[in-house]
Amino acid sequence: MRIEEHPILDFNRGKPITFTFDGQTVTSYENETVAVALHSAGIRILSRSQKQRPRGLYCAIGNCASCMMVVDGEANVKTCITLVQEGMEVKTQIGKGILA
Amino acid sequence: MIYTDLLVVGAGPAGLSAAAAAGTQGLDVLVLERSHQPGGQLVKQTHMFFGSKEQYAAYRGFEIADFLLDMIKMPNVKLQLNATALAAYDDGIWTAQVGEKYIKVKPRAVVVAAGANERNILFPGNDLPGVYGAGAVQTLMNQYGVRPAKRVVMLGAGNIGLIVSYQLLQAGVEVAAVVEASPNIGGYLVHASKLRRMGVPILTSHTVKRADGNETLESVTTWAIDEKWQGIPSTEVIWSADTLCIAVGLSPLCELLWQAGCKMVFVPELGGYVPYRDGNMATSIEGIYAAGDAAGVEEASVAMVGGKLAGLSAARYLGVDIPDESILDCHKQLEALRSGPAGAKIRAGLGKLTH
Repeated sequence: MRIEEHPILDFNRGKPITFTFDGQTVTSYENETVAVALHSAGIRILSRSQKQRPRGLYCAIGNCASCMMVVDGEANVKTCITLVQEGMEVKTQIGKGILA
Repeated sequence: MIYTDLLVVGAGPAGLSAAAAAGTQGLDVLVLERSHQPGGQLVKQTHMFFGSKEQYAAYRGFEIADFLLDMIKMPNVKLQLNATALAAYDDGIWTAQVGEKYIKVKPRAVVVAAGANERNILFPGNDLPGVYGAGAVQTLMNQYGVRPAKRVVMLGAGNIGLIVSYQLLQAGVEVAAVVEASPNIGGYLVHASKLRRMGVPILTSHTVKRADGNETLESVTTWAIDEKWQGIPSTEVIWSADTLCIAVGLSPLCELLWQAGCKMVFVPELGGYVPYRDGNMATSIEGIYAAGDAAGVEEASVAMVGGKLAGLSAARYLGVDIPDESILDCHKQLEALRSGPAGAKIRAGLGKLTH
């Protein structure tokens, strides 16, 4: 789903990186946020509400709370403004998240 | 505790312009930016700007972000990324989270240029993954180079809805339709014409009835609305789509101004509650200025000039001798940007602000 050729833009994605999403390995780049990397991999469900309704991105710039996930054990991380890191463990968040 | 002459919240077009204006006067400036990348929403604007030379007309937004960043490259201006401003306290201390650290700042003056928030509207299924703010889709494709969808329905034919639709086409995404509740296209017709030439229907007096899908978005139901904006039964059309973009306007992000005790005024033309301010961007609280969308939703050229004006006003407040001509030049530029029929709504809103 990454755009390889664009009429106006060049994309500087940086070095390749891998991290895990619910245990599955995802390939990404160092200049991508977690939400962007997951979206590129076709993953659009980032969390579930208390009533188990699926949640995805909404604003992508850190305003809303729709993209919050569990990252390296920490809940309620806004994944749309969090850059991926090598070996990061990202998990679907269910409900309101628990402080580790 | 960090002591500084001027604290600027937000490194978008308004905040960077304010920092450049105050920094050029020799003031110590600290800019706090929530994102890992400065430039605000300019970084995803691939279209060329209008206006005049001072407002970088004929350059694309992401190029303008680079110009502004060059302008703040001076030893007395510090840009702190990954820094979310958290609170404004009665004793004049402002706090922020910088990465994992909590910092306290005691500025002599503040410019709040925090930007705006994309609105959503009510319909069944508006929380499904695949229902995105139009700006979010623009971020995915223009900032990160990710194709956000295969087939999109766009709700809203203002400038954001029209421009993002065209950019989706540029990125190889199909745009099924643009749906607009009002009887008229709100954005510039030059943008609408580009879409129509590429075969995208723009349905005015229509809105979204519901969004459906198993786990993620699969279809969008639109329908016609009457003059009271009520849906008309049996006009429904079901569009197959994996993404629905919502481009129904923005609300100013002015929580910090509320918290600081600034007088706030409800002005729908400017996006909702906005800070009262004088013609030089000063709020009702001495030493606190507002600029950009946080001061009232307009567009990026106004944000840059307004930011510069806020920076100059703050510098003057701090005792720097700023010639009247510099302030008047900003007023003139703002007036030109808001002139003509396209600026009528903004002018009406600004009229309410000062009363």
